[in-house]
Amino acid sequence: MRDFYGTTLDCMLMLGTAQYPSPHVLADAFKRSAASVATVSLRRESGRDRAGQDFWHLIRDLGVHLLPNTAGCHTVKEAVTTAHMAREVFNTKWIKLEVIGEEDTLQPDVFGLVEAARILSEDGFQVFPYTTEDLVVADKLLHAGCEVLMPWGAPIGSGLGLNNLFGLRTMRAHFPDITLVIDAGLGLPSHAAQAMELGFDAVLLNTAVAKAGDPAAMALAFATAIQAGHLAAAAGPMCPRDMATPSTPVIGKAFLK
Amino acid sequence: MTEITIIGAGVSGLCVARGLTDRGASVTVVDRDAELGPRSCSWWAGGMLAPFCEGTNADPLVVRLGLEAADWWAANTQATCRCGSLVLSPTRDRAELAHFAGRTQGYVKVNGTQIATLEPDLADRFESGLYFEAEAHLAPRAALAQLRAGLMRDGAQFLQEDADPNDYAQRGITVDCRGLQARDTHKDLRGVKGEMLVLSCPEVTLNRPVRMLHPRVPLYIVPRGNGIFMLGATMIESSSAAHISVRSVLELLSAAYALNPAFGEAQVLEIGVDCRPAFPDNLPRIRRDGNLISSNGLFRHGFLLAPAMARMVTSLIYDGITPEVMDETPA
Repeated sequence: MRDFYGTTLDCMLMLGTAQYPSPHVLADAFKRSAASVATVSLRRESGRDRAGQDFWHLIRDLGVHLLPNTAGCHTVKEAVTTAHMAREVFNTKWIKLEVIGEEDTLQPDVFGLVEAARILSEDGFQVFPYTTEDLVVADKLLHAGCEVLMPWGAPIGSGLGLNNLFGLRTMRAHFPDITLVIDAGLGLPSHAAQAMELGFDAVLLNTAVAKAGDPAAMALAFATAIQAGHLAAAAGPMCPRDMATPSTPVIGKAFLK
Repeated sequence: MTEITIIGAGVSGLCVARGLTDRGASVTVVDRDAELGPRSCSWWAGGMLAPFCEGTNADPLVVRLGLEAADWWAANTQATCRCGSLVLSPTRDRAELAHFAGRTQGYVKVNGTQIATLEPDLADRFESGLYFEAEAHLAPRAALAQLRAGLMRDGAQFLQEDADPNDYAQRGITVDCRGLQARDTHKDLRGVKGEMLVLSCPEVTLNRPVRMLHPRVPLYIVPRGNGIFMLGATMIESSSAAHISVRSVLELLSAAYALNPAFGEAQVLEIGVDCRPAFPDNLPRIRRDGNLISSNGLFRHGFLLAPAMARMVTSLIYDGITPEVMDETPA
Protein backbone atom coordinates (compact mmCIF):
# COMPACT_ATOMS: atom_id res chain seq x y z
CA MET A 1 0.00 0.00 0.00
CA ARG A 2 1.49 3.29 -1.10
CA ASP A 3 2.14 6.11 1.29
CA PHE A 4 0.70 9.62 0.92
CA TYR A 5 2.87 11.64 3.27
CA GLY A 6 2.49 9.02 5.97
CA THR A 7 -1.14 8.24 5.28
CA THR A 8 -2.31 5.06 3.60
CA LEU A 9 -5.61 5.07 1.75
CA ASP A 10 -8.24 2.33 1.80
CA CYS A 11 -9.56 3.32 -1.59
CA MET A 12 -7.42 4.60 -4.43
CA LEU A 13 -10.11 6.91 -5.74
CA MET A 14 -9.88 10.62 -5.03
CA LEU A 15 -12.90 12.69 -6.00
CA GLY A 16 -13.31 16.37 -6.68
CA THR A 17 -16.28 18.14 -5.13
CA ALA A 18 -17.28 20.66 -7.84
CA GLN A 19 -20.11 20.66 -10.35
CA TYR A 20 -22.42 18.12 -8.71
CA PRO A 21 -26.17 18.73 -8.98
CA SER A 22 -26.27 19.15 -5.18
CA PRO A 23 -24.18 18.50 -2.07
CA HIS A 24 -26.52 15.60 -1.36
CA VAL A 25 -25.65 13.92 -4.67
CA LEU A 26 -22.00 14.61 -3.97
CA ALA A 27 -22.26 12.84 -0.61
CA ASP A 28 -23.95 9.87 -2.30
CA ALA A 29 -21.09 9.59 -4.77
CA PHE A 30 -18.62 9.37 -1.89
CA LYS A 31 -20.76 6.86 -0.04
CA ARG A 32 -21.27 4.53 -3.00
CA SER A 33 -17.65 4.61 -4.15
CA ALA A 34 -15.97 4.72 -0.72
CA ALA A 35 -13.59 7.30 -2.22
CA SER A 36 -11.00 8.15 0.40
CA VAL A 37 -9.99 11.69 -0.51
CA ALA A 38 -12.06 14.76 -1.38
CA THR A 39 -10.40 17.60 -3.20
CA VAL A 40 -11.98 20.94 -2.53
CA SER A 41 -11.22 24.14 -4.30
CA LEU A 42 -11.00 27.30 -2.34
CA ARG A 43 -11.98 30.47 -4.10
CA ARG A 44 -10.11 33.23 -2.42
CA GLU A 45 -13.28 35.29 -2.38
CA SER A 46 -14.99 32.60 -0.29
CA GLY A 47 -11.97 32.07 1.93
CA ARG A 48 -11.44 35.65 2.96
CA ASP A 49 -14.52 35.96 5.15
CA ARG A 50 -15.23 32.23 5.32
CA ALA A 51 -18.35 32.79 3.27
CA GLY A 52 -18.08 29.28 1.84
CA GLN A 53 -18.21 27.54 5.18
CA ASP A 54 -21.70 26.07 4.81
CA PHE A 55 -20.44 24.07 1.84
CA TRP A 56 -17.16 23.20 3.57
CA HIS A 57 -19.07 21.82 6.53
CA LEU A 58 -20.91 19.50 4.17
CA ILE A 59 -17.56 18.41 2.67
CA ARG A 60 -16.10 17.83 6.14
CA ASP A 61 -19.11 15.72 7.05
CA LEU A 62 -18.09 13.26 4.31
CA GLY A 63 -15.54 11.99 6.82
CA VAL A 64 -12.77 11.49 4.24
CA HIS A 65 -9.30 13.02 3.88
CA LEU A 66 -9.51 16.57 2.59
CA LEU A 67 -7.14 17.71 -0.12
CA PRO A 68 -7.67 21.43 -0.71
CA ASN A 69 -6.46 22.67 -4.07
CA THR A 70 -5.30 25.87 -5.65
CA ALA A 71 -7.52 25.48 -8.71
CA GLY A 72 -7.60 28.45 -11.03
CA CYS A 73 -4.33 29.98 -9.79
CA HIS A 74 -2.10 31.29 -12.56
CA THR A 75 0.85 32.62 -10.58
CA VAL A 76 3.10 31.40 -7.81
CA LYS A 77 1.92 34.19 -5.55
CA GLU A 78 -1.77 33.36 -6.05
CA ALA A 79 -1.13 29.67 -5.43
CA VAL A 80 0.88 30.28 -2.28
CA THR A 81 -1.74 32.68 -0.88
CA THR A 82 -4.53 30.24 -1.63
CA ALA A 83 -2.59 27.38 -0.05
CA HIS A 84 -2.15 29.35 3.16
CA MET A 85 -5.82 30.20 3.24
CA ALA A 86 -6.70 26.55 2.64
CA ARG A 87 -4.45 25.37 5.46
CA GLU A 88 -6.19 27.72 7.83
CA VAL A 89 -9.71 26.87 6.68
CA PHE A 90 -9.34 23.09 6.42
CA ASN A 91 -6.69 22.54 9.06
CA THR A 92 -4.53 20.26 6.92
CA LYS A 93 -0.98 20.37 5.58
CA TRP A 94 -2.07 18.69 2.36
CA ILE A 95 -2.35 20.91 -0.66
CA LYS A 96 -3.01 19.97 -4.25
CA LEU A 97 -0.92 22.50 -6.07
CA GLU A 98 -2.15 23.80 -9.39
CA VAL A 99 -0.42 26.62 -11.20
CA ILE A 100 -2.15 26.99 -14.54
CA GLY A 101 0.06 28.06 -17.43
CA GLU A 102 -2.18 28.03 -20.46
CA GLU A 103 -5.80 29.10 -20.58
CA ASP A 104 -7.03 26.83 -23.34
CA THR A 105 -5.55 23.52 -22.21
CA LEU A 106 -5.25 24.48 -18.53
CA GLN A 107 -1.88 22.75 -18.57
CA PRO A 108 0.40 23.45 -15.64
CA ASP A 109 3.02 26.17 -15.70
CA VAL A 110 5.73 23.77 -14.64
CA PHE A 111 8.23 26.51 -13.87
CA GLY A 112 5.84 28.25 -11.49
CA LEU A 113 4.78 24.86 -10.14
CA VAL A 114 8.31 23.90 -9.08
CA GLU A 115 8.84 27.29 -7.47
CA ALA A 116 5.54 27.21 -5.59
CA ALA A 117 6.18 23.60 -4.53
CA ARG A 118 9.54 24.60 -3.05
CA ILE A 119 8.07 27.58 -1.17
CA LEU A 120 5.19 25.56 0.23
CA SER A 121 7.29 22.49 1.12
CA GLU A 122 9.73 24.67 3.03
CA ASP A 123 6.75 26.13 4.83
CA GLY A 124 5.66 22.71 6.07
CA PHE A 125 3.01 21.90 3.46
CA GLN A 126 2.69 18.41 2.02
CA VAL A 127 2.39 19.18 -1.64
CA PHE A 128 0.52 17.16 -4.29
CA PRO A 129 1.59 18.92 -7.49
CA TYR A 130 -0.56 18.75 -10.62
CA THR A 131 2.09 18.26 -13.29
CA THR A 132 2.73 16.75 -16.70
CA GLU A 133 4.50 13.46 -17.39
CA ASP A 134 7.76 15.34 -17.99
CA LEU A 135 10.53 13.47 -16.16
CA VAL A 136 12.76 16.48 -15.67
CA VAL A 137 9.96 18.48 -14.08
CA ALA A 138 9.08 15.48 -11.94
CA ASP A 139 12.64 15.26 -10.71
CA LYS A 140 12.72 18.96 -9.86
CA LEU A 141 9.43 18.64 -7.96
CA LEU A 142 10.92 15.83 -5.88
CA HIS A 143 13.94 17.98 -5.15
CA ALA A 144 11.60 20.82 -4.20
CA GLY A 145 10.25 18.59 -1.44
CA CYS A 146 7.29 16.78 -3.01
CA GLU A 147 6.80 13.14 -2.07
CA VAL A 148 3.76 12.60 -4.27
CA LEU A 149 3.39 13.56 -7.94
CA MET A 150 0.17 13.97 -9.87
CA PRO A 151 0.71 13.77 -13.62
CA TRP A 152 -2.21 14.57 -15.87
CA GLY A 153 -4.01 11.96 -17.96
CA ALA A 154 -5.32 14.63 -20.32
CA PRO A 155 -6.39 18.29 -19.99
CA ILE A 156 -8.69 19.02 -17.04
CA GLY A 157 -12.31 18.23 -17.76
CA SER A 158 -11.61 16.86 -21.24
CA GLY A 159 -12.51 13.23 -20.54
CA LEU A 160 -9.93 12.04 -23.10
CA GLY A 161 -8.28 9.44 -20.90
CA LEU A 162 -4.54 8.73 -20.86
CA ASN A 163 -3.18 10.88 -23.67
CA ASN A 164 0.45 9.90 -23.49
CA LEU A 165 0.74 6.24 -22.58
CA PHE A 166 4.42 6.11 -23.40
CA GLY A 167 5.17 9.12 -21.21
CA LEU A 168 3.17 7.83 -18.27
CA ARG A 169 4.65 4.34 -18.51
CA THR A 170 8.12 5.86 -18.59
CA MET A 171 7.34 8.01 -15.60
CA ARG A 172 6.17 5.02 -13.62
CA ALA A 173 9.32 3.09 -14.54
CA HIS A 174 11.55 6.06 -13.78
CA PHE A 175 10.16 6.69 -10.30
CA PRO A 176 9.32 3.20 -9.01
CA ASP A 177 9.30 4.28 -5.36
CA ILE A 178 7.38 7.54 -5.64
CA THR A 179 3.64 7.77 -5.09
CA LEU A 180 2.11 8.73 -8.43
CA VAL A 181 -1.51 9.74 -8.92
CA ILE A 182 -3.18 10.26 -12.28
CA ASP A 183 -4.97 13.57 -12.01
CA ALA A 184 -7.36 15.03 -14.55
CA GLY A 185 -8.65 14.20 -17.99
CA LEU A 186 -10.29 10.84 -17.30
CA GLY A 187 -13.71 10.27 -18.82
CA LEU A 188 -14.47 6.60 -18.32
CA PRO A 189 -13.83 3.92 -15.74
CA SER A 190 -11.75 2.06 -18.33
CA HIS A 191 -9.34 5.01 -18.34
CA ALA A 192 -8.95 4.66 -14.59
CA ALA A 193 -8.46 0.90 -14.84
CA GLN A 194 -5.76 1.51 -17.42
CA ALA A 195 -4.00 3.98 -15.13
CA MET A 196 -3.95 1.44 -12.33
CA GLU A 197 -2.80 -1.34 -14.71
CA LEU A 198 0.17 0.86 -15.55
CA GLY A 199 1.04 0.78 -11.86
CA PHE A 200 -0.15 4.20 -10.74
CA ASP A 201 -1.12 4.45 -7.10
CA ALA A 202 -4.38 6.35 -7.25
CA VAL A 203 -6.65 8.28 -9.54
CA LEU A 204 -8.16 11.71 -9.04
CA LEU A 205 -11.15 12.89 -11.03
CA ASN A 206 -14.15 15.19 -10.82
CA THR A 207 -16.05 16.01 -14.00
CA ALA A 208 -16.53 12.42 -15.20
CA VAL A 209 -18.46 11.67 -12.02
CA ALA A 210 -20.06 15.03 -11.23
CA LYS A 211 -21.46 15.49 -14.74
CA ALA A 212 -22.66 11.91 -15.18
CA GLY A 213 -26.39 11.29 -15.35
CA ASP A 214 -26.10 9.30 -12.11
CA PRO A 215 -22.99 10.55 -10.32
CA ALA A 216 -23.16 8.00 -7.49
CA ALA A 217 -23.37 5.07 -9.90
CA MET A 218 -20.51 6.48 -11.96
CA ALA A 219 -18.39 6.95 -8.86
CA LEU A 220 -18.96 3.31 -7.97
CA ALA A 221 -18.06 2.30 -11.54
CA PHE A 222 -14.77 4.20 -11.24
CA ALA A 223 -13.99 2.73 -7.82
CA THR A 224 -14.62 -0.77 -9.15
CA ALA A 225 -12.48 -0.18 -12.23
CA ILE A 226 -9.67 1.18 -10.07
CA GLN A 227 -9.79 -1.91 -7.93
CA ALA A 228 -9.73 -4.14 -11.02
CA GLY A 229 -6.77 -2.26 -12.48
CA HIS A 230 -4.92 -2.38 -9.19
CA LEU A 231 -5.49 -6.13 -8.84
CA ALA A 232 -4.38 -6.65 -12.42
CA ALA A 233 -1.15 -4.72 -11.91
CA ALA A 234 -0.37 -6.74 -8.79
CA ALA A 235 -1.29 -10.01 -10.48
CA GLY A 236 1.42 -9.65 -13.14
CA PRO A 237 -0.13 -8.96 -16.53
CA MET A 238 0.93 -11.04 -19.51
CA CYS A 239 3.01 -9.44 -22.24
CA PRO A 240 1.31 -8.85 -25.57
CA ARG A 241 2.79 -10.74 -28.49
CA ASP A 242 2.31 -10.67 -32.23
CA MET A 243 1.74 -14.37 -32.77
CA ALA A 244 -1.31 -16.29 -31.69
CA THR A 245 -0.66 -18.89 -29.03
CA PRO A 246 -3.43 -21.42 -28.55
CA SER A 247 -4.42 -21.85 -24.96
CA THR A 248 -5.24 -25.49 -25.65
CA PRO A 249 -2.42 -27.50 -27.27
CA VAL A 250 -3.22 -28.95 -30.70
CA ILE A 251 -0.48 -31.58 -30.71
CA GLY A 252 -1.95 -35.00 -30.09
CA LYS A 253 -5.45 -34.05 -31.21
CA ALA A 254 -7.08 -36.25 -33.82
CA PHE A 255 -6.93 -34.72 -37.27
CA LEU A 256 -10.32 -34.04 -38.77
CA LYS A 257 -10.61 -33.60 -42.46
CA MET B 1 -62.36 33.91 7.90
CA THR B 2 -58.98 32.32 8.71
CA GLU B 3 -56.29 34.84 9.53
CA ILE B 4 -52.86 33.84 8.28
CA THR B 5 -49.56 35.67 8.53
CA ILE B 6 -46.87 35.22 5.91
CA ILE B 7 -43.34 36.29 6.73
CA GLY B 8 -41.40 37.29 3.64
CA ALA B 9 -42.68 39.18 0.62
CA GLY B 10 -40.41 37.67 -2.02
CA VAL B 11 -41.68 35.37 -4.72
CA SER B 12 -42.26 32.53 -2.29
CA GLY B 13 -44.30 34.58 0.19
CA LEU B 14 -46.37 36.42 -2.41
CA CYS B 15 -47.34 33.21 -4.21
CA VAL B 16 -48.43 31.67 -0.90
CA ALA B 17 -50.38 34.87 -0.12
CA ARG B 18 -52.12 34.63 -3.50
CA GLY B 19 -53.01 30.97 -2.99
CA LEU B 20 -54.39 31.53 0.52
CA THR B 21 -56.31 34.67 -0.48
CA ASP B 22 -57.94 32.71 -3.29
CA ARG B 23 -59.15 30.23 -0.68
CA GLY B 24 -60.69 33.04 1.35
CA ALA B 25 -58.03 33.60 3.99
CA SER B 26 -57.41 37.01 5.53
CA VAL B 27 -53.72 37.42 4.81
CA THR B 28 -51.08 39.68 6.35
CA VAL B 29 -47.68 39.72 4.64
CA VAL B 30 -44.79 40.87 6.83
CA ASP B 31 -41.39 41.76 5.39
CA ARG B 32 -38.32 43.59 6.66
CA ASP B 33 -38.55 45.88 3.63
CA ALA B 34 -41.48 48.13 2.72
CA GLU B 35 -41.20 47.28 -0.97
CA LEU B 36 -39.51 44.54 -2.95
CA GLY B 37 -35.88 45.58 -3.34
CA PRO B 38 -32.30 44.42 -3.74
CA ARG B 39 -32.24 42.69 -0.34
CA SER B 40 -34.61 40.07 -1.73
CA CYS B 41 -33.35 37.22 -3.91
CA SER B 42 -36.41 37.66 -6.09
CA TRP B 43 -35.22 41.12 -7.10
CA TRP B 44 -32.27 39.51 -8.91
CA ALA B 45 -34.11 36.56 -10.43
CA GLY B 46 -33.70 35.67 -14.08
CA GLY B 47 -37.40 34.96 -14.43
CA MET B 48 -37.01 31.99 -16.72
CA LEU B 49 -39.86 29.53 -16.52
CA ALA B 50 -37.83 26.76 -18.09
CA PRO B 51 -38.56 23.48 -16.36
CA PHE B 52 -37.25 21.31 -19.17
CA CYS B 53 -33.94 23.13 -19.38
CA GLU B 54 -33.49 22.95 -15.62
CA GLY B 55 -33.76 19.17 -15.99
CA THR B 56 -30.22 19.12 -17.27
CA ASN B 57 -28.92 19.14 -13.72
CA ALA B 58 -31.95 19.38 -11.45
CA ASP B 59 -33.97 16.57 -9.92
CA PRO B 60 -37.00 15.40 -11.96
CA LEU B 61 -39.16 16.81 -9.14
CA VAL B 62 -38.10 20.33 -10.13
CA VAL B 63 -39.11 19.67 -13.74
CA ARG B 64 -42.49 18.28 -12.73
CA LEU B 65 -43.37 20.99 -10.23
CA GLY B 66 -41.97 23.64 -12.55
CA LEU B 67 -44.42 22.64 -15.29
CA GLU B 68 -47.13 24.40 -13.27
CA ALA B 69 -45.34 27.72 -13.31
CA ALA B 70 -46.07 29.24 -16.74
CA ASP B 71 -49.85 28.75 -16.42
CA TRP B 72 -49.88 30.14 -12.91
CA TRP B 73 -47.92 33.27 -13.78
CA ALA B 74 -49.95 33.86 -16.93
CA ALA B 75 -53.16 33.60 -14.87
CA ASN B 76 -51.99 35.86 -12.06
CA THR B 77 -49.88 38.51 -13.82
CA GLN B 78 -49.49 40.18 -17.18
CA ALA B 79 -45.72 39.85 -17.06
CA THR B 80 -45.39 36.44 -18.68
CA CYS B 81 -44.17 35.77 -22.21
CA ARG B 82 -44.70 32.29 -23.59
CA CYS B 83 -42.21 32.27 -26.45
CA GLY B 84 -40.13 29.24 -25.54
CA SER B 85 -36.41 29.25 -24.94
CA LEU B 86 -33.38 28.57 -27.07
CA VAL B 87 -30.23 26.66 -26.15
CA LEU B 88 -27.12 27.20 -28.26
CA SER B 89 -23.46 26.34 -28.20
CA PRO B 90 -20.53 27.62 -30.19
CA THR B 91 -19.52 25.15 -32.91
CA ARG B 92 -16.43 24.17 -30.98
CA ASP B 93 -18.51 23.12 -27.96
CA ARG B 94 -21.05 21.01 -29.81
CA ALA B 95 -20.45 18.21 -27.32
CA GLU B 96 -22.11 20.40 -24.69
CA LEU B 97 -25.24 20.66 -26.81
CA ALA B 98 -25.38 16.89 -27.28
CA HIS B 99 -24.94 16.44 -23.54
CA PHE B 100 -27.72 18.94 -22.81
CA ALA B 101 -30.03 17.24 -25.32
CA GLY B 102 -29.34 13.88 -23.72
CA ARG B 103 -30.39 15.15 -20.32
CA THR B 104 -33.56 17.07 -21.21
CA GLN B 105 -36.92 16.66 -22.89
CA GLY B 106 -39.42 18.92 -24.59
CA TYR B 107 -37.19 20.35 -27.31
CA VAL B 108 -36.83 20.23 -31.06
CA LYS B 109 -33.41 20.43 -32.68
CA VAL B 110 -32.97 23.53 -34.80
CA ASN B 111 -30.43 24.33 -37.49
CA GLY B 112 -28.87 27.65 -38.45
CA THR B 113 -31.80 28.67 -40.68
CA GLN B 114 -34.36 27.91 -38.00
CA ILE B 115 -32.32 29.77 -35.39
CA ALA B 116 -32.25 32.79 -37.72
CA THR B 117 -36.04 32.64 -38.05
CA LEU B 118 -36.55 32.47 -34.29
CA GLU B 119 -33.89 35.04 -33.45
CA PRO B 120 -32.89 37.14 -36.48
CA ASP B 121 -30.13 38.86 -34.51
CA LEU B 122 -28.39 35.53 -34.02
CA ALA B 123 -28.44 34.69 -37.76
CA ASP B 124 -25.25 33.09 -39.12
CA ARG B 125 -23.75 32.81 -35.69
CA PHE B 126 -24.86 29.33 -34.66
CA GLU B 127 -25.26 26.12 -36.64
CA SER B 128 -27.34 24.10 -34.24
CA GLY B 129 -29.42 24.48 -31.14
CA LEU B 130 -32.37 23.22 -29.12
CA TYR B 131 -35.71 24.98 -29.03
CA PHE B 132 -37.94 24.42 -26.00
CA GLU B 133 -41.25 25.68 -27.33
CA ALA B 134 -43.35 25.21 -24.19
CA GLU B 135 -41.10 27.27 -21.94
CA ALA B 136 -41.74 30.86 -20.90
CA HIS B 137 -40.18 33.79 -19.14
CA LEU B 138 -41.33 36.79 -17.17
CA ALA B 139 -40.11 40.10 -15.82
CA PRO B 140 -39.68 39.27 -12.13
CA ARG B 141 -39.95 42.75 -10.64
CA ALA B 142 -43.05 43.59 -12.68
CA ALA B 143 -44.60 40.23 -11.90
CA LEU B 144 -44.14 40.66 -8.15
CA ALA B 145 -45.39 44.24 -8.22
CA GLN B 146 -48.55 43.07 -9.99
CA LEU B 147 -48.97 40.20 -7.59
CA ARG B 148 -48.63 42.57 -4.64
CA ALA B 149 -51.06 45.09 -6.13
CA GLY B 150 -53.61 42.34 -6.77
CA LEU B 151 -53.31 41.09 -3.20
CA MET B 152 -53.82 44.57 -1.81
CA ARG B 153 -56.90 44.98 -3.97
CA ASP B 154 -58.21 41.76 -2.48
CA GLY B 155 -57.70 43.00 1.06
CA ALA B 156 -54.29 41.58 2.01
CA GLN B 157 -52.34 43.64 4.53
CA PHE B 158 -48.65 44.41 4.13
CA LEU B 159 -46.51 45.21 7.17
CA GLN B 160 -42.90 46.29 7.36
CA GLU B 161 -41.21 44.52 10.25
CA ASP B 162 -38.15 42.33 10.74
CA ALA B 163 -40.39 39.71 12.29
CA ASP B 164 -39.68 36.54 14.21
CA PRO B 165 -42.12 33.94 12.79
CA ASN B 166 -42.39 32.31 16.23
CA ASP B 167 -44.00 35.45 17.66
CA TYR B 168 -46.70 35.36 15.01
CA ALA B 169 -47.15 31.60 15.30
CA GLN B 170 -48.25 32.06 18.91
CA ARG B 171 -51.23 34.02 17.62
CA GLY B 172 -52.22 31.93 14.60
CA ILE B 173 -51.15 30.12 11.46
CA THR B 174 -47.91 31.59 10.17
CA VAL B 175 -46.02 30.74 7.00
CA ASP B 176 -42.28 31.42 7.06
CA CYS B 177 -41.14 32.32 3.54
CA ARG B 178 -38.00 34.22 4.49
CA GLY B 179 -35.54 32.34 2.30
CA LEU B 180 -31.98 32.55 3.56
CA GLN B 181 -33.07 34.78 6.48
CA ALA B 182 -34.62 31.65 7.97
CA ARG B 183 -31.21 30.19 8.72
CA ASP B 184 -31.86 30.96 12.37
CA THR B 185 -34.29 28.05 12.48
CA HIS B 186 -33.18 26.04 9.42
CA LYS B 187 -29.64 25.03 10.26
CA ASP B 188 -29.24 23.01 7.05
CA LEU B 189 -30.04 25.96 4.81
CA ARG B 190 -27.05 27.40 2.95
CA GLY B 191 -26.50 30.25 0.53
CA VAL B 192 -25.42 29.70 -3.07
CA LYS B 193 -24.10 32.94 -4.44
CA GLY B 194 -25.36 34.16 -7.79
CA GLU B 195 -24.17 37.14 -9.77
CA MET B 196 -25.97 38.85 -12.64
CA LEU B 197 -25.81 41.91 -14.82
CA VAL B 198 -28.48 44.06 -16.43
CA LEU B 199 -27.46 45.52 -19.78
CA SER B 200 -29.00 48.02 -22.12
CA CYS B 201 -28.34 47.17 -25.74
CA PRO B 202 -30.99 48.60 -28.10
CA GLU B 203 -29.10 47.24 -31.12
CA VAL B 204 -29.95 43.67 -30.21
CA THR B 205 -33.39 42.13 -30.12
CA LEU B 206 -34.06 38.73 -28.64
CA ASN B 207 -37.54 37.24 -28.42
CA ARG B 208 -36.87 34.67 -25.77
CA PRO B 209 -34.25 33.58 -23.22
CA VAL B 210 -31.13 32.15 -24.78
CA ARG B 211 -28.78 29.81 -22.97
CA MET B 212 -25.31 29.53 -24.34
CA LEU B 213 -23.57 26.36 -23.32
CA HIS B 214 -19.89 26.38 -22.64
CA PRO B 215 -17.76 23.89 -20.74
CA ARG B 216 -16.55 26.57 -18.35
CA VAL B 217 -18.87 29.58 -18.51
CA PRO B 218 -22.50 28.73 -19.23
CA LEU B 219 -24.58 31.87 -19.70
CA TYR B 220 -28.21 32.73 -20.00
CA ILE B 221 -29.58 35.98 -21.25
CA VAL B 222 -33.18 36.98 -20.73
CA PRO B 223 -34.74 39.81 -22.76
CA ARG B 224 -36.68 42.26 -20.62
CA GLY B 225 -37.97 44.30 -23.57
CA ASN B 226 -36.94 47.77 -24.74
CA GLY B 227 -33.36 46.69 -25.34
CA ILE B 228 -32.84 45.60 -21.73
CA PHE B 229 -31.26 42.23 -20.98
CA MET B 230 -30.50 40.29 -17.87
CA LEU B 231 -27.34 38.21 -17.90
CA GLY B 232 -26.80 35.42 -15.46
CA ALA B 233 -25.85 33.74 -13.48
CA THR B 234 -22.92 32.36 -11.58
CA MET B 235 -23.26 29.61 -8.97
CA ILE B 236 -20.75 29.83 -6.18
CA GLU B 237 -20.82 27.95 -2.90
CA SER B 238 -20.70 31.07 -0.77
CA SER B 239 -23.07 32.82 1.61
CA SER B 240 -21.58 36.23 1.02
CA ALA B 241 -23.66 38.49 -1.18
CA ALA B 242 -21.36 41.42 -0.68
CA HIS B 243 -19.75 41.95 -4.07
CA ILE B 244 -19.40 40.58 -7.56
CA SER B 245 -15.90 39.40 -8.45
CA VAL B 246 -13.94 40.71 -11.41
CA ARG B 247 -13.71 37.18 -12.74
CA SER B 248 -17.50 36.80 -12.75
CA VAL B 249 -17.98 40.09 -14.59
CA LEU B 250 -15.35 39.09 -17.14
CA GLU B 251 -16.91 35.69 -17.68
CA LEU B 252 -20.48 36.94 -18.00
CA LEU B 253 -19.58 39.77 -20.36
CA SER B 254 -17.28 37.63 -22.51
CA ALA B 255 -20.04 35.08 -22.93
CA ALA B 256 -22.51 37.82 -23.94
CA TYR B 257 -19.97 39.17 -26.40
CA ALA B 258 -19.56 35.70 -27.88
CA LEU B 259 -23.34 35.43 -28.29
CA ASN B 260 -23.42 38.64 -30.28
CA PRO B 261 -20.52 41.11 -30.52
CA ALA B 262 -23.03 43.95 -30.49
CA PHE B 263 -23.18 43.41 -26.71
CA GLY B 264 -19.72 44.95 -26.67
CA GLU B 265 -21.46 48.32 -27.06
CA ALA B 266 -24.03 47.65 -24.37
CA GLN B 267 -24.27 49.72 -21.21
CA VAL B 268 -24.14 48.02 -17.84
CA LEU B 269 -27.19 49.21 -15.94
CA GLU B 270 -27.05 47.02 -12.85
CA ILE B 271 -24.79 44.55 -11.16
CA GLY B 272 -26.57 42.18 -8.84
CA VAL B 273 -25.34 39.74 -6.23
CA ASP B 274 -27.40 37.61 -3.93
CA CYS B 275 -27.53 34.19 -2.33
CA ARG B 276 -30.10 31.57 -3.16
CA PRO B 277 -31.45 29.57 -0.22
CA ALA B 278 -30.72 25.87 -0.65
CA PHE B 279 -30.92 22.66 1.35
CA PRO B 280 -28.21 20.00 0.87
CA ASP B 281 -30.15 18.27 -1.93
CA ASN B 282 -31.00 21.62 -3.56
CA LEU B 283 -34.69 20.66 -3.35
CA PRO B 284 -37.46 22.70 -1.73
CA ARG B 285 -39.01 21.69 1.57
CA ILE B 286 -42.11 22.42 3.59
CA ARG B 287 -41.85 21.96 7.33
CA ARG B 288 -44.47 22.27 10.02
CA ASP B 289 -44.20 22.85 13.73
CA GLY B 290 -47.69 23.46 15.11
CA ASN B 291 -48.94 26.78 13.80
CA LEU B 292 -45.68 27.51 12.03
CA ILE B 293 -45.31 26.29 8.47
CA SER B 294 -42.19 27.02 6.51
CA SER B 295 -41.60 26.87 2.80
CA ASN B 296 -38.00 27.24 1.77
CA GLY B 297 -35.02 25.99 -0.25
CA LEU B 298 -36.25 27.07 -3.67
CA PHE B 299 -32.58 27.45 -4.69
CA ARG B 300 -32.23 28.79 -8.23
CA HIS B 301 -35.83 27.94 -9.02
CA GLY B 302 -37.75 30.66 -7.19
CA PHE B 303 -40.22 31.75 -9.86
CA LEU B 304 -40.34 28.25 -11.29
CA LEU B 305 -41.26 26.48 -8.05
CA ALA B 306 -43.09 29.13 -6.01
CA PRO B 307 -46.52 28.42 -7.58
CA ALA B 308 -46.31 24.68 -6.81
CA MET B 309 -44.99 25.37 -3.32
CA ALA B 310 -47.87 27.82 -2.72
CA ARG B 311 -50.37 25.23 -3.93
CA MET B 312 -48.97 22.70 -1.47
CA VAL B 313 -48.90 25.12 1.47
CA THR B 314 -52.48 26.15 0.71
CA SER B 315 -53.79 22.60 0.54
CA LEU B 316 -51.86 21.68 3.69
CA ILE B 317 -53.65 24.47 5.57
CA TYR B 318 -57.09 24.15 3.99
CA ASP B 319 -57.38 20.46 3.10
CA GLY B 320 -54.89 18.83 5.45
CA ILE B 321 -53.06 17.30 2.49
CA THR B 322 -49.46 16.46 3.28
CA PRO B 323 -47.24 18.05 0.61
CA GLU B 324 -44.94 15.76 -1.34
CA VAL B 325 -42.05 18.00 -0.33
CA MET B 326 -42.98 17.75 3.36
CA ASP B 327 -39.94 17.33 5.56
CA GLU B 328 -41.12 15.34 8.57
CA THR B 329 -37.69 15.07 10.17
CA PRO B 330 -35.93 18.41 9.86
CA ALA B 331 -32.21 18.38 10.54
